[in-house]
Amino acid sequence: MALLALDHVDLIYQTEKSETEAVRDLNLTVDEGEFIALVGPSGCGKTTLLSMIAGLMPPTGGSVTIDGEPVTPSSGNVGYMLQRDNLFEWRTIESNVLLGLIVRNELTADTKAHAVKMLEKYGLGDFRNHYPTQLSGGMRQRAALIRTLAFKPRLLLLDEPFSAVDFQTRIAVCDDVYSIIKSERKTAVLVTHDISEAVSMADRIVVLTARPATVKTIFTVDIDAPTPLKRRESPRFSEWFDRVWKEVTL
Amino acid sequence: MKNLKTTSTLPCRMNVGKTPREKYLAKRRNDKIIVLLLQIGLLGALIGLWELAAKVGWIDSFITSCPSRIVKTLSGIAPAELFKHIGYTLAECIVGFLTASVLGILIATLLWRFVKLRKVIEPYIIVLNALPKIALGPIIIIWVGAGAQAIIVMTVLICIIVTVISVLNGFMSVDEGKILLLRSMGASKLQILTKLIFPANVPALVNMLKINVGLAWVGTIMGEYLVSTAGLGYLIIYGSQVFKMDLVMASTVVLCLLATAMYLGVAAIERAAKRRYHID
Repeated sequence: MALLALDHVDLIYQTEKSETEAVRDLNLTVDEGEFIALVGPSGCGKTTLLSMIAGLMPPTGGSVTIDGEPVTPSSGNVGYMLQRDNLFEWRTIESNVLLGLIVRNELTADTKAHAVKMLEKYGLGDFRNHYPTQLSGGMRQRAALIRTLAFKPRLLLLDEPFSAVDFQTRIAVCDDVYSIIKSERKTAVLVTHDISEAVSMADRIVVLTARPATVKTIFTVDIDAPTPLKRRESPRFSEWFDRVWKEVTL
Repeated sequence: MKNLKTTSTLPCRMNVGKTPREKYLAKRRNDKIIVLLLQIGLLGALIGLWELAAKVGWIDSFITSCPSRIVKTLSGIAPAELFKHIGYTLAECIVGFLTASVLGILIATLLWRFVKLRKVIEPYIIVLNALPKIALGPIIIIWVGAGAQAIIVMTVLICIIVTVISVLNGFMSVDEGKILLLRSMGASKLQILTKLIFPANVPALVNMLKINVGLAWVGTIMGEYLVSTAGLGYLIIYGSQVFKMDLVMASTVVLCLLATAMYLGVAAIERAAKRRYHID
């Protein structure tokens, strides 16, 4: 059975001026351990879709379920990583990483040890007591990812997580994040406008239509390489880039 | 040529063993000392000039008073009497300041939490902010009585509206991304408030305290002008009515010292808060 299921999802939202149909009859399933990338024309409602999967916005039609249960933010099934790292400047890196556990009332010696172990494993052990402003952009993004993983969500949502990182470090951070997600065996849904990012990371790429968003095509990327960087080096990378790019812009 | 070279290198000898960093820090330190000395010198010069002008007869010290007469006036008042007046004014000011700050933060928190309440209250706050609070003086006196309580109410009224507006503004401008992050973790409104809104607004809250110190003194002295039988504001009004300019000036000087002391107290709180919340 699929981990995440979007079943005939509709979303119409109301504002004072108008009624906007953001998502129409969208169907998608994601299996445990999969890495999915959502791409589509800008403004097509990708972020709205993530908000619905996170349970922050109920769909106006259809259902969003994880393991058959409707999603809610309090279930702790979903970890949401946003465009900027959103680390709290007044907390140390360790205390930032523990934020989800504290909010969810799940901070115990065990869960704390698990979070600290991840910090050490992914090269932030020496920075536990540092403040976010003392870290580089790449390290901050890593800390933000560990914060998301600390409360052990079933599903990770990544909303253009590299867009705030400068271009030189982006590819390295991308490799970093990918390897952490894979070694923690997490299921992830990545939203991006960067097609090369989608091709380098995803098992499947879901191309959405312009608003109202629905699934246009699903590609299963078959480049056999262990990391995003190795995929970028593969001769088939540009071929895949072209295919997805044509599908998005067509 | 050889001579020229030696002379041109001479000044450098004085800085032997000093790195550019040390030189820079020494210059910074010197600049600071110079500014401090000039500040003290300016004060001394003003006091001296005032005294001199009064002694020589350039100004009429009956109208302008002068430093020596201020000192004489202050030493002429019995210490118990002087401290009674200082005590009254200080107590009114501090009680008003604390009440307005605490109540203001509480109201701002409620307005942040309840959107509909905020929308309903907004025009009232705007009108109250525009209204000169001194105009409410007579109403306050009739409602709460002519005494220290009227002065405290006046102080609270002057501080609280600005407090509510500035604190609410700070609360509302907290990064949406951070709120979204906490919501995605399943945080309650109370958790968002205590884990994010309050700590993120420590600089804004400290700033509010600094503004309130000044406003609280305005409220207290204005209140004392309207109704009082004791306090520095009372001494100033009394002195002007019986034309004892020495008393007016002496009270003003004491007031100046008290306001400075209270400001320094808040500045100390600011430093402690900045250390605690790691603000640069």
